[in-house]
Parts: sequence; C-alpha cells; structure tokens
Amino acid sequence: MLYREAGQFKTSYAADQQIFPILQDRIGIGLIAVLALGVLPLFATEYMTTTILIPFLVMSIAAIGLNILTGYAGQLSLGTGGFMATGAFAAYKLSTMFPDLNIVFVFLGSGVITAFVGVMFGIPSLRIKGFYLAVATLAAQFFLLWLFNKVPWFTNYSSSGVISAPPRAIFGDIMVTGSSAHYTAKYLFLLVFVGLLALAAKNLTRCHLGRAWMAIRDMDIAAEIIGIKPLQTKLSAFAISSFYCGIAGAAWGFIYTGSVEPLAFSIEISFKVLFMVIIGGLGSILGSFFGAAFMVLLPVILTNAPHLLGLNIPVDMISHLEYMIFGALIIFFLIVEPHGLARLWQIGKEKLRLWPFPY
Amino acid sequence: MDFLYNFFISPFVQIADAPLFFVEVLTGGLLSGVMYSLVALGFVLIFKASGVFNFAQGAMVLFAALFFAGFMDKGVPWWGSLILTIGVMVLLAMAIERIVLRPLVNQPHIILFMATIGVTYFLDGFGQTIWGSSVRVLDIGLPQTPLEIGGVLVNKFDIIAAVVAGSLVAALALFFQKTRIGRALRAVADDHQAALSVGIPLKTIWAIVWTVAGLVGLVAGVMWGSKLGVQFSLAMVALKALPVLILGGFTSVPGAIIGGLIIGAGEKIAEVYWADAIGGGIEDWFAYMLALMFLLFRPQGLFGDKIIERV
Repeated sequence: MLYREAGQFKTSYAADQQIFPILQDRIGIGLIAVLALGVLPLFATEYMTTTILIPFLVMSIAAIGLNILTGYAGQLSLGTGGFMATGAFAAYKLSTMFPDLNIVFVFLGSGVITAFVGVMFGIPSLRIKGFYLAVATLAAQFFLLWLFNKVPWFTNYSSSGVISAPPRAIFGDIMVTGSSAHYTAKYLFLLVFVGLLALAAKNLTRCHLGRAWMAIRDMDIAAEIIGIKPLQTKLSAFAISSFYCGIAGAAWGFIYTGSVEPLAFSIEISFKVLFMVIIGGLGSILGSFFGAAFMVLLPVILTNAPHLLGLNIPVDMISHLEYMIFGALIIFFLIVEPHGLARLWQIGKEKLRLWPFPY
Repeated sequence: MDFLYNFFISPFVQIADAPLFFVEVLTGGLLSGVMYSLVALGFVLIFKASGVFNFAQGAMVLFAALFFAGFMDKGVPWWGSLILTIGVMVLLAMAIERIVLRPLVNQPHIILFMATIGVTYFLDGFGQTIWGSSVRVLDIGLPQTPLEIGGVLVNKFDIIAAVVAGSLVAALALFFQKTRIGRALRAVADDHQAALSVGIPLKTIWAIVWTVAGLVGLVAGVMWGSKLGVQFSLAMVALKALPVLILGGFTSVPGAIIGGLIIGAGEKIAEVYWADAIGGGIEDWFAYMLALMFLLFRPQGLFGDKIIERV
C-alpha cells in the first residue's frame, strides 16, 4: 500500500528513462537530500561529523569506484588503496604546485591523474582474469605505496613523509580544507561532491558504456563476439573506477584526516572497500552507500559497545575481539544475503507493495 | 645517465667480479623461496579441491604457529604440542566446512573469497585473544649456523626448510596419487557434480582438504615461526605467497615449488644488485612485478591448467 506504482503511467520516453521512475522513490530521495543538506548539519555534533559522516561520504566514493570496476565490469581489484593514495598525493602536488587553483579542480585533476595510473595497471586485465588479475592488482597496491614512500618529490621533501592538506577555500572565503575549516563546511562540500559523483555513476551505468561493462562482466568472449571491444571497455572501467578512487583518496587526505602518509592507504583499505562493495551489493550504486555506511558504523559501534555495556576489558583484548566479531559478521552477512544489502532493500520494497494486505 | 649505469651495467659488473658471491646470493634466494612455497602449497591444495581462493591460509599459518608455540610455552613437550595443534587444526577445518562453506555452496567465487577474508579476520583475532599478541620465540632446536659447501656459505636452517618442503611435497604427491582419498580429492577437483554423482562425499572431502591445508599451514607456521618468531606479522607471509601462486598457477603443486624458487631467487638478486639503482625496500612489490611479467606471457601461470573458454 505504502509503496505502490499502480496508476503511474509513463507517457513519454523521458519519463520511461528516469532514474527514479516511481513517485515514492522521488519523494524518498528528496527527503534524504533535505535531511542530508539541511537537517543533519544543524544537529550533527563535531564528533559525529568527523567520525561517521565524513568517512562515510569518503568511503562511498571509493565504494562506487570499485563497484564500477568489480560490480559492473567484473574485474576483481585489490589495488583500491594504491589508487586512493595516488589521488591523495596527486591532490597534494597539484594544490602546492598551483596554489591559485580552485580546490574543486584540484580534486577533479587528482581524479584524472589517478585514472591514467589506473589504466596503466589495468593493462594486464586484457591478458589475465579472475583471481590472477586480483593478485596482479596487488602489484599496484604495493608498488604505488612504495613509490610515495621512497620518492621525496611526492611529499615536497618533507622529512616525515607525511603530507598535510594546505588550507583552501571555495566561494571566496569558506574554508573547506586545512585545520581552520569548520567541520560543517567540510561535510557540505563533500556531500555535494558525492551527490554529483553518484549521479554521474548511476547515469554511466545506464548508458552504452555501462551496458558494455556488464556484457564483459557476464561473459567476455560472448561480448567480444557481439562487437564490444574488450580493450576500450575494460580500460575505460579501470579509468573511471580509478577516477572515483582518486577523488576518494584526495577527499580522505584533504577533508577527512587533513594530513596523511602512504601507510594510511595500506592493503587493509583495499579489503575494506571490497567488503563495502560486496556487503552493499555488487553492481548497485545504492548498495555502495549501504556498504560504506555499514563498514564505517561497525567499528564505531564495536569500539563503543564495551563501554556502553559496562564491561571492563583490556584495550588490546578489545582490538582482538573487534577483529573476531568483524570477521564473524562478514561471514554471517555473506551467508544470510550474498547479494548484499541492496538486495535486502529490494526485498523490503517488494514487501511494502503488499503490506498490510498479504495478497 | 647515472641511473642507466646503475641499472644496466653496474649490477652485471658486480656479478662478473664476484661469481662466488652471486652463487651464494642465488642459493640464499632459492632456499628462502622454499619458505614461500610452503605457504603457497596450502593455497593450491584448497583451490584444487574446492575452487575456493583461500585467503585465510596466511591466518591459518599464524593460528597454527600461535597454538604450537603457546602449548610449548605451557610446558608441553614438542611432540605433545604437535599432536594438540594437529587436533586444533582438524577441528578448525571441520568448523570452517560446516559453518562457512556449506551454507555458501554454489555461490560465486568472489563471495567465497570474501568469506575466507572474514575467516582471516576471525582467526587473527581469535588466536591473539587466546594467546596474546606478544612475540613468542619458537625454538625447536633447529640450528641457525652457516655451513660452507664448496666455498659457498649456506644457512643450515634453510637447508632443513628445503628438506622439509621437499618431503612434504613428496608425501602430498603420494597421498594424491596412491590413496583412495587422494583419488576422490582429484575427482572433486575435476568436477564437483560428477564426483557427487559417483558417490564421493563432498562434505567429507572438503573437511579433509582443509585439514591437509591446515597441516601444511602448521608446518609452514613452525618453520616461519622459528625463523622470525611467532607474531602477528606472520599472517603477512600470505601476501608473499600470492605472487608465487600466480606465477606457478593456482592449480599446480609443482608450480608452487618452482614459483617459490623463482620468486625467492629473483627477489634476493634484485635486492642485492639493483637496490642501488631503484632504492631499497623493494621486496614488497618486486615479487608481484616479476609474477606479472610471467603472466603476460602465460596467463594461467607456468603450470596452471590451460584455460579453455566456450561461449
């Protein structure tokens, strides 16, 4: 009853092609937009913004990026951390080399640079596939981190190897990066970025290119026979995915932590983003958000739970227990719903169509 | 120019100047490659029999080593700890089969891969919750002294590791080729459904395969543990075994050995002779690049099954 599309007829091609074809979806998205843009910044405390909202937004960009590559184009990649590091360091170099460049273009530029790096490491995907490719992408992960660690040019010869985001403003005087930026400004800036990037990703996956990716994913030889060029398709998936990962890395370094070293983008990050994509749902942009929310909230909850329950456990024990619960939960979710949270959402919508009358 | 000289000429000059030292580096590399092979073997076994890319092999190595060292610290003699740890690994294999694999039968490979990463996190946390995260010294009386063979210095420990790896492979080959269970394992590896239809109990086979992989992990854990000490970083040796794996092919036991030798030797030689040209600390990624080079010519690894694709 609540969720009924009966009576909503499409009378034009434009209506048929809408991203949200059902009125209830449009209302829902509008509500979320109002909530995220207008209500949350008013109520969110600094702790909530910096430990939950901003990491959630950063990780959802990365998850969308990996979802394009793994969920849509079917190329398993474990190099996300390396690409994010590339984005962060590219943004740092761009913003220090061209101090007058607007921060928006710094982010986009770092995305483009990461896209080139991604294409370079995507070339082996033309020869190898599956888990062989996954292990091969680890080369990107380790090589890129080593490069940023070893070559002092990337950190502007800083002795500690840590880069700090220079303060930058948008619209003249609103600081969004650096230590003097207000957390609400950071959040809103990032939110607009995420919204636009998600919209772009959704549309990309619905157009010619997205269909080509899915064809390659489902069976690459068959796709090749019907005229889809594997070279362009696979490399474009790597390029666009790395573009997103690069922006995510830049946002991580500039907005989330403010200063960053290559080690922050270790292989743990690659696995975490892969978890987000799989727990959220492979081949679903919405799922990327669910996955990012899940993976950002879970450690926060696990860290705070013993205090809330009044248990007194030594600190190193807690971190080990966290690992255990984390692993067990991942297995649990995979068993309960291997298609991810996006699939659960779909099932929920189906149920709501009939509710409260089961027939 | 300096870089080109350091990269293309000076290493070869050094090799030509001191051939004996080169042989020493090479043997050292080959022998440490054997240690990688030990970890890679566990991966290959599970991939062959169930098509699962078991990322948890590294965690199993750490888990086994933690239990072994833990029992030893409690004052149990080494054979007693060995038996107890074998028991633990059997239980672990049965639990993984029952709790993780059985509900996920027929899921895509990537889901199973993710599940094994979940197992990795769980085992890392579980092992350290029980035994703590301090570094344990594992001393099973293996000599660490160097030995001179024809003017070349070789570590005795590495030779023992090579002998252990060799006998392990021989034992596994015998087990796979000559026993009833081994034949069933090979049948399952070829085709799950066909194996089921001729009456091979898939669940039992999986439990056995994970047990065997656990035991290989135990051997690897004891060897690595007595070399580096039992600590969390032991789980990271799995990352070293991955390039060995793609180089040798996921489905080949000899591939794991040969791959390990190539990676070990290549890594040592590059570290000794080319570190000047490209900077130190290359051991993190060099193995991957080396494996990638091989993969461009043989996409299924050196000894992997030929990939036949049909539409």
